[in-house]
Amino acid sequence: MKKAFELFWSFFKIGAFTLGGGYAMLSMVEKAVVDQKKWIPNDEFWDMIAVVQSLPGVFAVNTALYVGHRVAGVKGAFAAMLGAIVPSITIILLLATVFHEFRDNPVVERVFKGIRPCVVALILAPSLRMIKSAKVTWKTAIIPIATVFLIWWCKISPAYVILTAIAGSIIYALIIRRRETARLRDCETTSGPEVPKSRSPEVPQNKEAKP
Amino acid sequence: MIYLQLLWVFVKIGVLGFGGGYAMLSLIQHEVVDNYGWMTTTEFADMVAISQMTPGPISINLATYVGYTTAGIGGSLLASFALCLPSIIMVYLILRLFMKKKNNAFMTNTLKGLKPAIAGLIFAAGLAMMNMQNFVDFGLGQYNISVIICVLTFVASFFFKANPILLIVISGIIGFFVY
Repeated sequence: MKKAFELFWSFFKIGAFTLGGGYAMLSMVEKAVVDQKKWIPNDEFWDMIAVVQSLPGVFAVNTALYVGHRVAGVKGAFAAMLGAIVPSITIILLLATVFHEFRDNPVVERVFKGIRPCVVALILAPSLRMIKSAKVTWKTAIIPIATVFLIWWCKISPAYVILTAIAGSIIYALIIRRRETARLRDCETTSGPEVPKSRSPEVPQNKEAKP
Repeated sequence: MIYLQLLWVFVKIGVLGFGGGYAMLSLIQHEVVDNYGWMTTTEFADMVAISQMTPGPISINLATYVGYTTAGIGGSLLASFALCLPSIIMVYLILRLFMKKKNNAFMTNTLKGLKPAIAGLIFAAGLAMMNMQNFVDFGLGQYNISVIICVLTFVASFFFKANPILLIVISGIIGFFVY
């Protein structure tokens, strides 16, 4: 029980003081969980974060659930999750009650007229940064373009687009895995036992296989 | 009835929300603004701005706000919990069943394939917010301050990685003096 409370408190502090979303939070979690409390060894922590990152849902919540469960079981998972979300729920509830009265205030309205176009740019910028980091080529650019077209122009629910993209990505990952096992088998038959078992970086990228 | 709708909408967002907070914006926007009309697009933009300036995950903030405005405090707690529910189940299953190293590479590759689509998803959310409600002075023969704010913010954020909170504050100050 003491551990569950400690988990709650650690994630409460992180939830209450990190601005800038899930990834900004990550270094704070590492500091608390790995460095200070020594609940989880460093390499295991980053291995798990890689898995947690690929799950859908709120990244902060997923991380809290994993750390909590790893440290103190189901009880710990719930304690850490509550710690992560209670600060933002409280803050938004307080703001929402006040904001309703403030919205019609002419000063607030003027300020928000300036903020709204800024927010649009703040959403567009990370999407383009993501395209850069995903190494989208002229050939694969069809994927983001089609996504935008379907959602924004055809008003198709993003849910269907995501499901289609997941199906395509799984096929893509399956093809990579099959190529890799085939390559390893080839190596074994030609050059004997001293073949590196780990993944090598020069795996051929199959661009046509993407959704 | 409203509780059931909130539960269904936010569980769905929790299941399909790949790629973090911004990627979930498109899903939330589609359900909350287009499908159910729980929020206007200006309210949505305002909430995104407020979420940027307050701590905590953007999607939890939006769920809390939507739940509160549609069904009071109970609604806000329900919507936030519904958003977390799929995560609770999935993280539990992953820890129990699939914690093997060899699945790691497969999952990473799947996510890699998903990334370009997620980028498009985020871009669509931004485009859907480009309307006359959010760009109040857009048009020929006008000063188009809102377009200027948008372009400058984009340049500052994309090329110079400027702090988003600072950009929001500056834009708010400009808005106060111009409008």
